[in-house]
Amino acid sequence: MNWESASHFWAMGGYGFFVWASYGVTGAVIAFELIALSRRMKRARAQVKRDATLDRIEAEKRGGA
Amino acid sequence: MSETQSSVARAPSPGFSFFHYASPQTFFPLAGKLLWPCWIAAALLTLAGLYIGFFVAPTDATQGDSYRIIFIHVPAAWMSMVVYLAMAFWCAVGLVFNTRLSFMMATALAPTGAIWAFVALWTGALWGKPTWGTYWVWDARLTSELILFFLYCGYMALQAAIDDPRRADRAGALIAIVGAVNVPIIYFSVKWWNTLHQGASVSLTAAPTMATTMLTGMLMMALAAWAYTIGAALVRVRAIMIERERSADWVRKLVTGADFNGDSKA
Repeated sequence: MNWESASHFWAMGGYGFFVWASYGVTGAVIAFELIALSRRMKRARAQVKRDATLDRIEAEKRGGA
Repeated sequence: MSETQSSVARAPSPGFSFFHYASPQTFFPLAGKLLWPCWIAAALLTLAGLYIGFFVAPTDATQGDSYRIIFIHVPAAWMSMVVYLAMAFWCAVGLVFNTRLSFMMATALAPTGAIWAFVALWTGALWGKPTWGTYWVWDARLTSELILFFLYCGYMALQAAIDDPRRADRAGALIAIVGAVNVPIIYFSVKWWNTLHQGASVSLTAAPTMATTMLTGMLMMALAAWAYTIGAALVRVRAIMIERERSADWVRKLVTGADFNGDSKA
């Protein structure tokens, strides 16, 4: 085990800022990408559903007239 | 006799065919099935890699604990180059064979590759400060990696600026393919020029020059980055398929039907 205590761990031998800024920003960027991906997928599916509904309404109108 | 032969030749092949998956319609459910294995592998490898990186690998004799940045820096830098080559490869395939799925793959890879290039630069700066005394120098390795990041951005910006997807694909493909010359420049920059950046600690031709536990942690993080990249690219390529083919029957059936994830009878 490398660390005597939790505070030793967070201090990273005096390099805490550099190490945690590296890991923190990387984690944040990846989390951002995952959220963006899931939103993009939802938006794409919603668009297709909207188009399909509009087409159905259009077809019903034409059928009724 | 000849009739029998020709009907045999026309019969669909029962075995696996690569070209079967070359159309978005057949690739979509396959990509869906590959997603969870990718996410699980990425999560487990990240946990194992971080554990080894922080709790098993010892403090470095010369760099202290600042070297622990290596566990993201090197995998990110590797991925930024690998993803770029994959992107250029799919662009070339798309230009030669005119297959729409190839261009979709290239488009899906770009943002994840850009993220890896950014992460490599960011962690490199934070590692440079304690070891070299500066966040940034205009040396060959750092500058060529920055150019790689700009190439990703240029590819995405150009594609976004052109409305017709087919023209956007072709214009983007030119950037991607011409820019691929930068990847070997990044890789060999530490040999070709005198740079502040250290040479490769791990190469295909020589024994690694680092402790086994450090190497193990780094390789696990690299595999995790591979799994994550494949997963992210597959999600994005599925979104692109829906966006681009949204008026096609197969997309409508897929989205409005129950078998969206390709788990059930797709």
